[in-house]
Amino acid sequence: MSLSTSALLSVRDLRKSFGSELVLDGISFDVPVHSATVFIGSSGSGKSTLLRALNLLEQVDDGVIELDGEEITAVAVDSDQVRRKLGMVFQAFNLFPHMNVLENITLSPIKVHGLTRDEANERALALLDRFGLREKADQYPDRLSGGQQQRVAIIRALARNPKLLLLDEITSALDPVLVNEVLLTVRELKEEGMTMVIATHEMGFAKQVADQLCYLHGGKILESGLAADVIDRPIRPETREFLARVHSAGRL
Amino acid sequence: MTAPISGSEEWQPSDLERNRRIERRRKTRKNGFIAAISSVLVLGTFAIVLVNSPGWLSLRDTFFKWAYGVEVLPKIILGFTTNLTLTLVAGSSVALLGLLLALVRTSRSPALTPFRFLATIYVDVFRGIPMILVILLIGFGIPALQIPGVTNEVLILGTIAVIITYTAYVAEVLRSGILTVHPSQRAAARSLGLSHFQTLRHVVLPQAIKRVTPPLLNDLVALIKDTGLISILGVTDAVRAAQIQTAKSFNYTPYVMAALLFLAVTIPLTRYTDRILRRSMERQNSQGLT
Ligand SMILES: Nc1ncnc2c1ncn2[C@@H]1O[C@H](COP(=O)(O)OP(=O)(O)OP(=O)(O)O)[C@@H](O)[C@H]1O
Ligand SMILES: [Mg+2]
Repeated sequence: MSLSTSALLSVRDLRKSFGSELVLDGISFDVPVHSATVFIGSSGSGKSTLLRALNLLEQVDDGVIELDGEEITAVAVDSDQVRRKLGMVFQAFNLFPHMNVLENITLSPIKVHGLTRDEANERALALLDRFGLREKADQYPDRLSGGQQQRVAIIRALARNPKLLLLDEITSALDPVLVNEVLLTVRELKEEGMTMVIATHEMGFAKQVADQLCYLHGGKILESGLAADVIDRPIRPETREFLARVHSAGRL
Repeated sequence: MTAPISGSEEWQPSDLERNRRIERRRKTRKNGFIAAISSVLVLGTFAIVLVNSPGWLSLRDTFFKWAYGVEVLPKIILGFTTNLTLTLVAGSSVALLGLLLALVRTSRSPALTPFRFLATIYVDVFRGIPMILVILLIGFGIPALQIPGVTNEVLILGTIAVIITYTAYVAEVLRSGILTVHPSQRAAARSLGLSHFQTLRHVVLPQAIKRVTPPLLNDLVALIKDTGLISILGVTDAVRAAQIQTAKSFNYTPYVMAALLFLAVTIPLTRYTDRILRRSMERQNSQGLT
């Protein structure tokens, strides 16, 4: 059973509540290979919850998630196997403070993907090189700037060659200059054809990378489509109001 | 913004979700079944091997003569109240003194330097001496000095010996807990305007203590058991009471009864603390199904 043939990720009627609070209320969308789907929405609208559900960090109440043609919401599914195909970057970086940059990056390739230390180091260093962080390889996360930490977190996710990258508000802990360096990194990944699901508050960035933009409100995808359409010509009054608020906050 | 579940009566899980729930339940049941089978097999084998071993009958009469055990139980329980009181008194003193010592050892204040030095020596010395020696030294040594006004009551001296030794252990555990709290936590607290002491009190210590609760619990259980050691001073605790009975009858069941009394306290204590700890972790970490 496949919900959609060309999509890498298919989500149907996803539902999730915390106690009496219904956070996701029938979410459906497809993410084709090599495309980026961006979620916007006010704080608490469930963006993080959605991404965590995609990564099987949250058990959903109902609905189906299919990754690469496999239903990953099935009970029998081994979540560790599923996560081998996924990379996730968190808002708060979540780097391991007791490991240096290189160790942070190579941990999973070595322990989970069975690479030798040399292979893993080589790959990690190549990635660090590409993102201009080579000289930070043996620093500890605490010694890096926020932007550097977040780029290390992205590299940590990339080093495992994920099929799908989940990015959860990866810039909201950063100042504008650092935001740019992180966003540039993501744009590069996009140009290389990485498939991504992104939650963000940065409308400009959303416009630049999104093939599909979804506005999350009241647990539902209220509006979705091309980024330019949703942001510049929103149909729903809720979307318009949200965008106006973002606009007045100067983030457009 | 999230929608309240206004239509929660209307929402029905889809067939798919219903099947998943059934499957999940089946999986839980299957796991329970496997656990039960394996337990019966393993424990049953043990029991059969034990009962069929050659010395089983004499073993049973010497160690597990229940009728006799029940007969002497009141005396042992009476002794056991001494262990419990000692645990309470020593436990709370140790908690207080240990915390004080840990704070002194982790403080950076220059005024406290001599205390830091003394605290280090204290910990080094009393962590390294077998407790039974400390008990003997204090329990028999202090009365031998015949200082006026100082008690010769062995129960009190024994308690002091226990406190001295355990304070050294607990101080080290707490200190390691304080040191493992990430400095960014201190930085965040201080930047919120909290003083050094407030930071300790509200940010560092709560995290540190939570982290070292399992080893502290370990020490508490050890403390309960080690209160039995002061029986060498002649204090009639559960161990001594059992010993007296055993000496009369040459049957070792009183010792087993005393052991059961200790277990009756330590096992529930361990389970209870485990539960509290797990609950407080679940409340704090919303990291889902990891
Ligand atoms: N583990 C949890 N237990 C209870 N409620 C939770 C939990 N996780 C999230 N929530 C609630 O779910 C709602 C959605 O949270 P979520 O983190 O998904 O929002 P978000 O869209 O990512 O917000 P932000 O933009 O601020 O990051 C919030 O109201 C939050 O309080
Ligand atoms: Mg979020």
